[in-house]
Amino acid sequence: MSDAATAPAAERGSSLSRDVAKRLFRHPTGLLGMAIIVLFVLSALFAPFLRPGDPLKSNLRTRNIPPTLVMSPADLETRGLSRGDYPLGTDAQGRDLLQRVLYGGRISLRVGLFAVAMAMSVGTLLGLLAGYWGGRVDMFIVWLIDILLAFPGILLAISIVAVLGSSLTNALIAISITQVPIYIRIVRSVTLQLRGSEYVQAALALGSGSQRVILGHILPNSLSPLLVQLTMSTGTAILDVAALGFLGLGAQPPAAEWGVMIADGYNRFREAPWLSIAPGLAIFLSVIGFNLLGDAARDALDPRLK
Amino acid sequence: MVAYVIRRLLGLIPVLIGVTLLIFFLTRVIPGDPAIAMLGERAAPNLVERLRVDLGLDRPLFLNVAGFRETGSLKTLFDSQYFGYMGGLLRGDMGRSILTLVPITQSLTHRFPATIELALAAMLLAIVVGVPAGVIAAIRRGTWVDTGVTLVAIVGVSFPVFWLAILLIYLFAVVLGWLPPSGRLSIGTSIEPITGLYVLDGLLRGNLSAAGNAAKHLVLPALALGTIPLAIVVRMTRSAMLEVLGQDYVRTARAKGLPAMRVVRKHSLRNALLPVVTVIGLSFGSLLSGAILTETVFSWPGIGRWVYDGIAARDYPIIQGGVIFVAALFVIVNLLVDVSYSLIDPRIQYA
Repeated sequence: MSDAATAPAAERGSSLSRDVAKRLFRHPTGLLGMAIIVLFVLSALFAPFLRPGDPLKSNLRTRNIPPTLVMSPADLETRGLSRGDYPLGTDAQGRDLLQRVLYGGRISLRVGLFAVAMAMSVGTLLGLLAGYWGGRVDMFIVWLIDILLAFPGILLAISIVAVLGSSLTNALIAISITQVPIYIRIVRSVTLQLRGSEYVQAALALGSGSQRVILGHILPNSLSPLLVQLTMSTGTAILDVAALGFLGLGAQPPAAEWGVMIADGYNRFREAPWLSIAPGLAIFLSVIGFNLLGDAARDALDPRLK
Repeated sequence: MVAYVIRRLLGLIPVLIGVTLLIFFLTRVIPGDPAIAMLGERAAPNLVERLRVDLGLDRPLFLNVAGFRETGSLKTLFDSQYFGYMGGLLRGDMGRSILTLVPITQSLTHRFPATIELALAAMLLAIVVGVPAGVIAAIRRGTWVDTGVTLVAIVGVSFPVFWLAILLIYLFAVVLGWLPPSGRLSIGTSIEPITGLYVLDGLLRGNLSAAGNAAKHLVLPALALGTIPLAIVVRMTRSAMLEVLGQDYVRTARAKGLPAMRVVRKHSLRNALLPVVTVIGLSFGSLLSGAILTETVFSWPGIGRWVYDGIAARDYPIIQGGVIFVAALFVIVNLLVDVSYSLIDPRIQYA
């Protein structure tokens, strides 16, 4: 696959990574996605500096303030507030929504990336096992994939958490398990393809061990599809974390988690719609970021589209 | 063809067995005893023991080895919780709800039409809007129309379903007051069910006002549930059409002077349809799982809401039955999608 892409690239004196980066940056939507992700990572990292204080601490004097960002000047005056005080409003416990949304990014990004990294490691290992050694191991692993893929979307994660008990950690484990099959599939198919290829056969005939073939040929060739999948599934994982939180199966109130915040706002969205709008927008934008980048990455890494 | 279908059906068996195994053991590793969960922590031990026997929880989980050693008959070996459940499953008996004692199969048949009606409406939206949008984007490739459609499609797949549902309710039910916020029918309206799909039933009964009422209730949940499949269908139609439009025979057809619409409809669309059908079939799964979120927000009395309530009440037979049912349905729909390939594309032959 990408060997075909690297060969001519090497002749031109540019590496695959530089080549890909160049193509990625020519992609305006990919750049936009990257910018959104960087923004979210930075705002999550610097949340304590951007909005200092404890996002869980309630304050009875500042309850139910609508977003000052869109408040009329007259309202601001009667309430004695200035435009920048509570840009996204406050909730029924008087907590600043902007602060909670910023802190929510820490949970979503961390859990999302961690779940995907776990899924990718386990999936790669099982995919190698299945594709390289074949036989019964392969049959068993394929059966496992088929079973896991029989549960559409978030259903498997919901059933796992329903049983393990509701918590952020269990949600992470559940989401990770639902994402394992796709990684097994990717690595298994690359492995199967390369195992039969002539140059791998030649390497084996020359006395290369399995380790050398796997580390030197199979894993490097799995890298591009894995990276594309990694970007895409981080978006899905963020959505799933929020969905589980919303259903009461993930993080638990009063955690500053986006899904939990939407659930909190859902009960009162007639009087206080801003409670669910802000965290929802945060999920929406961060997922768009990962999807745009994933899309661009697929184009950039696909040698056929060169 | 028949041989292929039979082989695929046989191939489903190990998968479905795996699904029941997974769900069964998941619901059995839960910390705590379901009998105690039902009766409460302070229930008398003899009552708990009686309930355990009633629920079959005193039997071994998977294989009754001890019983087998004693009696030596194979029948006792399989006298276990798992095989008891599987035996019931084959007879169409999935046990009863722990809380209400209503048989699971009864609730499933009762609630299934609501979910199907919602899923069909969402799918209809995805196809009726998605396919033409994808075709137009492909024909106008590289123009602002194409960019717009593609961008909207990416935005569409990024929506958290439950959030979109809340926004729709807020805008169309609370602010504008055009559509009802939840439920399937207004209070005071009733439809004598035939199929269980209320809009269809209303039409069949000639009760137009009830059908209209049901349709109004259907719009918002269908919009919320249909957005992601819509976005997926648009993207797939666009890329499949682009591929076909670049083919030699399309160029030939154009060169022959055929009208542009005819080239698009007869020569291109039909050939581009195959991947689109796959995607539509696969989206059915996302409809089923998205239904849990959508039905919860809209209080839609389907299977999704039922499973959600079952989870909240820790009613394991409901979770077990609902999840196994949805998984089986999903697997079967995927099989139907595969089989339908040869109907769309006669070049595909199944050996």
